Amino acid sequence: MSTNDTPRHDELVVTHAPEGVVDPGLPPHQPRLGDTDPKASKRSERIVAALFGLSVLGSIGVVVAYFAFPPGESVSSIQQSNMFLGLGLAFCFAGIGFGAVHWAKSIMNDHEKVEERHPQRSSDEDRAAAVEVLKEGAADSGIARRSALKGGLITALALLPLPVALPLIGNVGADWDVSKFRHTMWRRGTRLMTDPTYRPIRAADVTIGSVVHVIPEGLHHDELESDQSFMDEKAKAVVLLVRLDERDLKHTEGSYHGIVAFSKICTHVGCPVALYEQQTHHLLCPCHQSTFDVADGAKVVFGPAKRALPQLPITVDDEGYLIATDDFSEPIGPSFWERVK
Amino acid sequence: MTTTRLERASAGTADFLDQRTGIGVAVKNFARKIFPDHWSFLLGEIALFSFVVLLGSGIFLTMFFVPSMTEVHYEGPWAPMHGVEMSEAFASTLRLSFEVRGGLLMRQIHHWAALLFMAAIVVHMLRVFFTGAFRKPRELNWVVGFTLLILGLAAGFTGYSLPDDVLSGNGLRITDGVVKAIPIIGSYMSYFVFGGEFPGTDIIPRLFTLHILVVPGLILALIGLHLFLVVLHKHTQFPGSGRTDGNVVGFPLFPVYTAKAGGFAFIVFGLITLMAATIQINPVWNYGPYDPSPVSAGAQPDWYMLFLEGSLRLMPGQTEYVIGGYTLSLNVLIPAVVIPGLLFTVLGAWPFLEAYATGEKREHHVLDRPRNAPTRTAAGVAIVTGFFILVLAGANDLIATHFEMSLNDITWAFRVLFFVAPVFAFWITKRICLGLQRRDRDLVLHGHESATIVRLAHGEYIEVHKPLDEHELWLRVNYSSPRPIEIEPAEDSRGVRRKGYRADRIRRRLSEFFYADRIEPVSAEELAAARAHQAEHHALLEGEGRHSAAIPAEESTSTTVDVEATSDR
Repeated sequence: MSTNDTPRHDELVVTHAPEGVVDPGLPPHQPRLGDTDPKASKRSERIVAALFGLSVLGSIGVVVAYFAFPPGESVSSIQQSNMFLGLGLAFCFAGIGFGAVHWAKSIMNDHEKVEERHPQRSSDEDRAAAVEVLKEGAADSGIARRSALKGGLITALALLPLPVALPLIGNVGADWDVSKFRHTMWRRGTRLMTDPTYRPIRAADVTIGSVVHVIPEGLHHDELESDQSFMDEKAKAVVLLVRLDERDLKHTEGSYHGIVAFSKICTHVGCPVALYEQQTHHLLCPCHQSTFDVADGAKVVFGPAKRALPQLPITVDDEGYLIATDDFSEPIGPSFWERVK
Repeated sequence: MTTTRLERASAGTADFLDQRTGIGVAVKNFARKIFPDHWSFLLGEIALFSFVVLLGSGIFLTMFFVPSMTEVHYEGPWAPMHGVEMSEAFASTLRLSFEVRGGLLMRQIHHWAALLFMAAIVVHMLRVFFTGAFRKPRELNWVVGFTLLILGLAAGFTGYSLPDDVLSGNGLRITDGVVKAIPIIGSYMSYFVFGGEFPGTDIIPRLFTLHILVVPGLILALIGLHLFLVVLHKHTQFPGSGRTDGNVVGFPLFPVYTAKAGGFAFIVFGLITLMAATIQINPVWNYGPYDPSPVSAGAQPDWYMLFLEGSLRLMPGQTEYVIGGYTLSLNVLIPAVVIPGLLFTVLGAWPFLEAYATGEKREHHVLDRPRNAPTRTAAGVAIVTGFFILVLAGANDLIATHFEMSLNDITWAFRVLFFVAPVFAFWITKRICLGLQRRDRDLVLHGHESATIVRLAHGEYIEVHKPLDEHELWLRVNYSSPRPIEIEPAEDSRGVRRKGYRADRIRRRLSEFFYADRIEPVSAEELAAARAHQAEHHALLEGEGRHSAAIPAEESTSTTVDVEATSDR
């Protein structure tokens, strides 16, 4: 294919060997068993055919399994259906695959062939011609002489992203009211309810050492206001309630007879802090292992979080049920730029 | 000449196509195109075929999956979830598993294929890196492949979140936390992603569109470009006699690679299907639908996200600062943005960095043996080591529970190792490479030990060395060993400081980092001297008529070494 003006392939060849050592060329071809022994060659052919046959059996197996093993209602029945369908399909694929590869390796001509490479760059003549046609095109367009055209086109193109992006960016963040995640459903007097059973919690029923997963009263599909989303509210309002021996608590404000309530959302990146270790009063986030000391205002004792879990101040109402005395004193969850503003 | 019906039919079809497309020229040029053979060239193919599986199984899944966060009560056959509130996305995932025949198989095929896709991309990238296949003219294709890696991560991430189970939901919550940590615009970015407050009702449909249209579309286009460039450049080949930068040695596309690569595609399909048939993955019916309150311990993301998870786990929390009333969460930004940013920048820019340090402008089509590029190999191992430490750190809770160790101690150990281990890995890998180069030198000069010790008439013992055959000799001497680049002095002859000296000096430093430690390749003089020496031995042995007693090697290993050392040098 190479003509006189294209760069020659031997320009590419660079040797680093010391003088006197020359490239001996490709090593001699090693014959395979089948190249010399017709019996071995025949055997390879039979193996390839058998592998293709295996694929046919696999296909039949899939059809049988489809009707014989419906997924059903239990884990074992869906696993059974999955396994038989899958094994059939696997044989169906692998039979063709191994058959074709074995064919290529044992029967097809295995003498290596050599092809020349050519440098990627175009020849100088081609480059010059390319520049020439571009110049011609530019001259035809008249862009060089008419600067108003150039400026106009550039300005129009530069502005184009704006009308395209504005509607997208304008709508994609809903109302952009980022102050919403500073507040939760908790108010003065909101009862603490168990999650997911949704029952109020009597302070006297909470034993020392026990842990209760808590949501605010009103966070229920039947009671939510129309503008409230269950998931959005729950994602902010979940609380973990723990009762300690009152003498173990380092600060008692916001607590009630040793019962303390903290936001369950980690101040690192927002996983639910769900593991409570009774002996040490430590709360552990299973995602990144930030560890908080419940006895000491849920301060961080280890891990990637910086700030303590926000505390939900609680007391009891006339009937002895636990209620909040206010919302959290600061935004819950992970930090954000304007958090303390 | 008689023709069969089949031959007439295919000739007719070929004529029809060629008259309308001129395809004959393409067939003539490409059907017998030569591709070199090596097992490591199959790694990229695994990625390609896994992607084919992802497309196929993905199309199946879209027929049944409902990308909606509308809350429904589950009423399907899976009893433990009866009446449970869940999104339509989760409910349709359960339907796929329990009611659609083959649905669970397709889900598991899709998930396993995704894991294999990413693994194959990474290992393929390592092969390209360690053999220097990214050098000119393939730098652009490295960048294309690198972009495919990033897109693969994006595809994995967007797909993982779709079933809306409690694990993936917590993954999204972590994403929200990371997004919020971005300075100045973090809160708005969170609204941008979730369409308002987390979790909202937009994220699953949005991820779905990205996952089934945007990301795979881009991947498909870039795979096309990637393969086009492979064909344009012709594949690289491993070094050896007869293989040069000016040729390509191997087997023709038709029929050898049609059968080998086509067959290999089916083997990959079969392997993925076998895994899906026998190894359970992501049993969402056990996890339950997303709920912001529960979380399970010992939950890990898919493997390709583990390094980010580990990175987040290792960073101490003290690094969150409030400056002028604004919160800067370096405890999140460094591990989740800076570390991956650094990793990916170094990876993406590597071919250009290395070309800058070498100052070489020529094309490379013969691969490097990793030992012959010690600094590159060492840097690659160091990067892999750092990545691996982060992956392990992402599983620190499992390590703690399995080996009954303190989670805090493990975390501290990884914090230290993250800095120490890559440096150590760099140092030791470079030493090993230089050692292997020295060994190549010794082999070239002295040949292989034959384990035959001969006592000469005057009492000297020598070990007979077998010279390398010409093919092995060529392999071990024909490699480039660049020296650090030279730069012009800071001042010209009249003592005027020249422009661009500072940039040159940086370049010189970089070049020294790459090439200052080097093993001098065998010179022609050394080789001649070694050959003369061998001839001398040979003559001596011939002169003795080989009557001297040959001592069996195993009885005299230690003396052998001594005698050889004195006689050879």
